[in-house]
Amino acid sequence: MSEGAMSTEKVAGVDSAAAPLGAPLVEMRNIRIAFGGVHAVEGVTVDLRAGEVVGLVGGNGAGKSTLMRALSGAHPPDGGEILIDGQVASITNPRDAKALGIETIYQTLALADNIDAAGNMFLGRELKTRTGSLDDDAMESATRKVIGRLNPRFKAFKRPVMSLSGGQRQSVAIARAVHFNARILIMDEPTAALGPAETAQVRTLVKQLKDDGIGIFLISHDIHDVFDLSDRISVMLHGKLVGTVRKADVTTDEVLAMIIMGKLPSEVSEKDLAELHR
Amino acid sequence: MTEATGTVPESTREQPPRSPRGLLQALNLDTRLLGMVGALAVIWIGFQILSGLTGPKHDIFSGTFLTPVNLYNLAQQSVSVGIMATGMVLIIVSRNIDLSIGSILGLTGYTMAMVQVIWIPKSLGLGFDQPYTWIIALAIGIALGAAIGAFQGFLIAYGKVPAFIVTLGGLLVWRGLVFEEQQGQTISPLDKTFQLLGGSPTASLGDVASWILGILACAGIIYTLIATRRKRRKYGFPVRPTWALGVLMALGCLAILGFVWIMNSYAWPPGLATQYAHDHGITAPPGGLQIATGIAFPVIILIAVTLVMTYITTRRRFGRYVFAIGGNPDAAELGGINVRRTIMLTFVLIGILAAISGAVQSARLQAAVTSLGTQAELDVIAAAVIGGTSFSGGIGTIPGAVLGAVVMQSLRSGMLLLRVDSPIQDIVVGVVLVSAIAFDTYVRGRSAR
Repeated sequence: MSEGAMSTEKVAGVDSAAAPLGAPLVEMRNIRIAFGGVHAVEGVTVDLRAGEVVGLVGGNGAGKSTLMRALSGAHPPDGGEILIDGQVASITNPRDAKALGIETIYQTLALADNIDAAGNMFLGRELKTRTGSLDDDAMESATRKVIGRLNPRFKAFKRPVMSLSGGQRQSVAIARAVHFNARILIMDEPTAALGPAETAQVRTLVKQLKDDGIGIFLISHDIHDVFDLSDRISVMLHGKLVGTVRKADVTTDEVLAMIIMGKLPSEVSEKDLAELHR
Repeated sequence: MTEATGTVPESTREQPPRSPRGLLQALNLDTRLLGMVGALAVIWIGFQILSGLTGPKHDIFSGTFLTPVNLYNLAQQSVSVGIMATGMVLIIVSRNIDLSIGSILGLTGYTMAMVQVIWIPKSLGLGFDQPYTWIIALAIGIALGAAIGAFQGFLIAYGKVPAFIVTLGGLLVWRGLVFEEQQGQTISPLDKTFQLLGGSPTASLGDVASWILGILACAGIIYTLIATRRKRRKYGFPVRPTWALGVLMALGCLAILGFVWIMNSYAWPPGLATQYAHDHGITAPPGGLQIATGIAFPVIILIAVTLVMTYITTRRRFGRYVFAIGGNPDAAELGGINVRRTIMLTFVLIGILAAISGAVQSARLQAAVTSLGTQAELDVIAAAVIGGTSFSGGIGTIPGAVLGAVVMQSLRSGMLLLRVDSPIQDIVVGVVLVSAIAFDTYVRGRSAR
């Protein structure tokens, strides 16, 4: 592995060239996360601006999801700091993250299978009546509106989500993330469980949210998804950041070289590219 | 079970559908609960016929199971297990177990007896049968039950010790403490007012009050159904057809008034009635004085507990969170739910319910004995599970568990009526429990596809 590729100056160099002006919505600086003796994330720095999609790519175990779990409050980092709107934020649990306008669509969807769509959409943020009871009708009404926009064919509002198809379940998870006026959205493999038509819907949604000024971190295995949707791409390998590049400046091959070899485009030789296609 | 077809339920047709399946869906009732009511009917009719055949007349019409006196007793005997089963639902739904409730029942029941027989009258020298005695005893018992539940719940939720282990230890510890408290003596007689909690012909509502309660309950059902419908209409959601609404109201009211009628059909035993007539200077008419018993006080306690627990479970955040945790603990955590606090609270709740059961049982015995509540945990778990609570978590209902308690008690009381030996009773209950769950697992497995 080329140590030079990890140098922060180089990363920062690429970064500042790519980033537009103004304080970033999110800055994750020098984040470290360890499980026992294993360093899942080692000194990673990434940022995100309003109305921007940053693709987060890398092989299995590269640390993408773990890094994002630090931002969503699911797993607080062991080191480094997170800035929201330029202010240092303390995110120790999912409630903190949500209070800051950070919503997450987890790869596992994180749905309670025995509960219906509305129950899942409002999980932890239930609407209440004046007497403090759950206002199931108001929640169902809101859920029908949101999901109806995402997936007009969705009808099973009263059934536990375990009886729904993969695409419908995904609709519920996405609806939950977009309903609460997120400013920052983390999408971890949002199209993994979907068929072609539903994938297209998610892509449209991402573009729409981006136009609304929401900042999106998009984790995906699918390099084409990432190329289609992202403004910038951050590549991770073995828990470290290889670099962040502007999509307009790179080819898919160059990103693949970053993912597989950990080399920045400037370091990739003809021989390396030949190696990639071998 | 029939949900897989899923095309009819949102129908707004006004004509009753022809097929029974369509009918059920239009009524929008819980099919599992209906199945249980059906099973209960089969058990009751079976015992009625068998008790007739084995009775003195040897025919199927002279059974003694479906008589007011037997049903009155059945209702009373189901109370203790029923109360605790409502709490066990939440424990099992959130993927835990509580083996200690029988011992908590014993310790709280015994302590409440100590309060009214020794501490208040003797230690504090205030005398027996003070008007406040019963409520102080009950409050101390409930507080003790809550404290024990909180302690166990803390170890389970925050200490990460498995619930099975914590409550197995509790089973031994709390029962042991019963013996330590007063060298295992039987404590009696209990406070006169406190004894009313146990129920007896004199500790029941009587006919007029029972009818009033029944009519109020009917009004409650009708109001709730109409209010729910109005609210769903307002939001533009699909609602049941009008005829289905009417059928539901009629069925609900019929069940309630039928129950009141049966409880009122049970007259005081002749000896008690004669004594009462004598004490009140009433001349007994020929054939003896007929005094309707009505709904027993402990049965009212069970009904109240069922209503409160159903409300907590289905209409409050706490209940929603318990189910979410049972369905997917990670999702609950990521949703920002305080999982540990919620789990701890389920144990506080069942501690309180065990104490209420302890009060009912000791009041019924009119004494506290060291064996109070022994093995109650087994009946309670069985009731919850027969009532549709799933051990894999996330599934269960409060009314189902109460029905499960009635099913269990019906089996025991029916076999007693048929003079089945106690070991055989245990075998039958064991077989029924396992078969019920095996059948349920099979049906669920099919409907999941």
